[in-house]
Amino acid sequence: MSAIYLFFLSLPFAPMLEPHLPALQVVVPLLAAPVCVLLRDAKLSWLWALIVTWISFAIALVLLGKTLSTGLIIYEMGNWPAPWGIEYRIDAANAVVLVIVTAIAAVTLPYAKASVEREVPRPRIYLFYLMYMLCMTGLLGITTTADAFNLFVFLEISSLSSYVLISLGQSRRALTASYRYLIMGTLGATFYIIGVGMMYMMTGSLNMADLATLLPAVDHTRTVLAAFAFVVVGLGLKVAMFPLHTWLPNAYAFAPSAVTVFLASTATKVAIYALLRLVFTVFGGTALFDTTGINLMLIILGIVGMFAGAFVAIFQNDVKRMLAFSSVSQVGYMVLGMGMATAAGVAGSIVHLFNHAVMKGVAFMAVGAMFYVIGSVKLNDLAGIGKRMPVTTAVFLVSGLSLIGTPLTVGFISKWQLVVAALDAGWWYIAAGILLSSLLAIAYVWRVVEVAYLKAPPEGSTGRTEAPLSMLVPMIVLAAATVWYGIDGNTTLDIATHAANALMQSVAGGRP
Amino acid sequence: MMHRKVVLRVVSKFLIPPILVFALYVQFHGDFGPGGGFQAGVIFGAAFILYAILFGVETVKKVLPPWVTRLLLVVGVLTYGLCGVAGLLLGGNYLDYNVLAHDPLHGQHYGILIVEAGVGITVAAAMITIFNVFAGQTGED
Repeated sequence: MSAIYLFFLSLPFAPMLEPHLPALQVVVPLLAAPVCVLLRDAKLSWLWALIVTWISFAIALVLLGKTLSTGLIIYEMGNWPAPWGIEYRIDAANAVVLVIVTAIAAVTLPYAKASVEREVPRPRIYLFYLMYMLCMTGLLGITTTADAFNLFVFLEISSLSSYVLISLGQSRRALTASYRYLIMGTLGATFYIIGVGMMYMMTGSLNMADLATLLPAVDHTRTVLAAFAFVVVGLGLKVAMFPLHTWLPNAYAFAPSAVTVFLASTATKVAIYALLRLVFTVFGGTALFDTTGINLMLIILGIVGMFAGAFVAIFQNDVKRMLAFSSVSQVGYMVLGMGMATAAGVAGSIVHLFNHAVMKGVAFMAVGAMFYVIGSVKLNDLAGIGKRMPVTTAVFLVSGLSLIGTPLTVGFISKWQLVVAALDAGWWYIAAGILLSSLLAIAYVWRVVEVAYLKAPPEGSTGRTEAPLSMLVPMIVLAAATVWYGIDGNTTLDIATHAANALMQSVAGGRP
Repeated sequence: MMHRKVVLRVVSKFLIPPILVFALYVQFHGDFGPGGGFQAGVIFGAAFILYAILFGVETVKKVLPPWVTRLLLVVGVLTYGLCGVAGLLLGGNYLDYNVLAHDPLHGQHYGILIVEAGVGITVAAAMITIFNVFAGQTGED
């Protein structure tokens, strides 16, 4: 990672750009998005979005390299010093999330071209890419900002654009799914801003670092207690933490395939990051952290979510919906790791952010490719798909194995880390829960495998028909990453440990 | 639409120019008194919406075709954003207005004026677009 940073520094334009990278990370896609309206052409706006997302990806990699070699990066917007101005702060934790978001965005775009042309009416395609970039802007903004109110603004940017993206789905039910998400998402954002308002009332500050120093003095008040509750529930809605997950399955199932890939791999991850940041960095030093029993609550909700999501997934007939419920289950693991509130647990949570983004991206890409060729992703219609689309099905199998947590895939690394963290803290029953819920994952993945490989293709299906290469290559790249980072887990675990330490810094006295 | 409501038509024709001027006042007086780009944009848009209510959406589209409002939507956002980038290119941070002129005070003045102009343009265009789309019930495509 630091090699990338050093390479960047050797470039001729580096000295001028280098100090401004935190701002450019957000500004580049933000200003690039409206340009799509001027382009108005489907192909041109795709190309434009492709260039922009890859530039963003490069910026994120350089930023990650920089934080790993030089530590915290602080950027003051408009040169107004914090806490009066808005500052962007990048440490290992958000640099990781920046890389996840931009990497998935960059890999999804080549995939999106064919898929979007099939699923979105042509005159609206430029709007699709506009919203795609805006959504990315919002997610990147949530990740970089160190200002609690600014986070809300970016939360709204990403949410509003994702409502539009979801509603572009072919089925009319995409509209109701999007509307439902709009209601739930707005509730979440409103709760969050109410919480921020209460914190502002008690401290007069919106800067996260400043809040972290001011809150402990007033943490006995009911206002701050209510603020904590509002913030956790509000962000919990965006995270799709059980039982606030009800918007997620339909939103993912009816959105255009490319949108599902992007949102499933990034949106909930960024929300988890925001929750981590608020709970650990802002409230970490307060007594609330102990008195409210937030840890136990997160652990319980995490475990229930893990089981409930996986259990419901088993009974789904639509593979996209099945994977959506599997996301609810996987979010449970991240919430669980967070609830452990140990450096190892949070590291497990963060490494699972990355690992789940990769494997769920692969899974949804494979399903999107099946939808592209067959026009349906109902289990009944997928009979014999293993013979008709061997590459796509193999790729799906890789991600399925990873969802289960088979060794040599990324899913194993994060579950291993979580199990180790649970055993370290002496919670053997949590470790058992993680293993048991993996068994449920076997059940839902097996249902697809059974239909795909053991059933004969329907009469009259025409031999092999793979999706176009532009869809296959991104899929294979991500599947390769699933295996690569499954074999070499140290790289990601090291970075995740850095990130967890950065987050746990302000938690009083370091937890056991 | 409303062909026989002579009073409404005449009064609105009297009102629309002052509304537009008032919008510009709110816009450019924003850094000394209450006001600013958002409010000005809404007032500016309201003038066109009033015109559309009385004379029909089709008429207002002749004055301000959809491609113009769409262009203005983009121009406003880009004005704001590029003003920030200008600060960055002149050696400050993003959205640092101090460097826009020799004197930081003037720089701040220019900066906020340009940024608010961007906000005003986009808000006015957005208001008109939203109204036209809902009232006309035809997409912008």
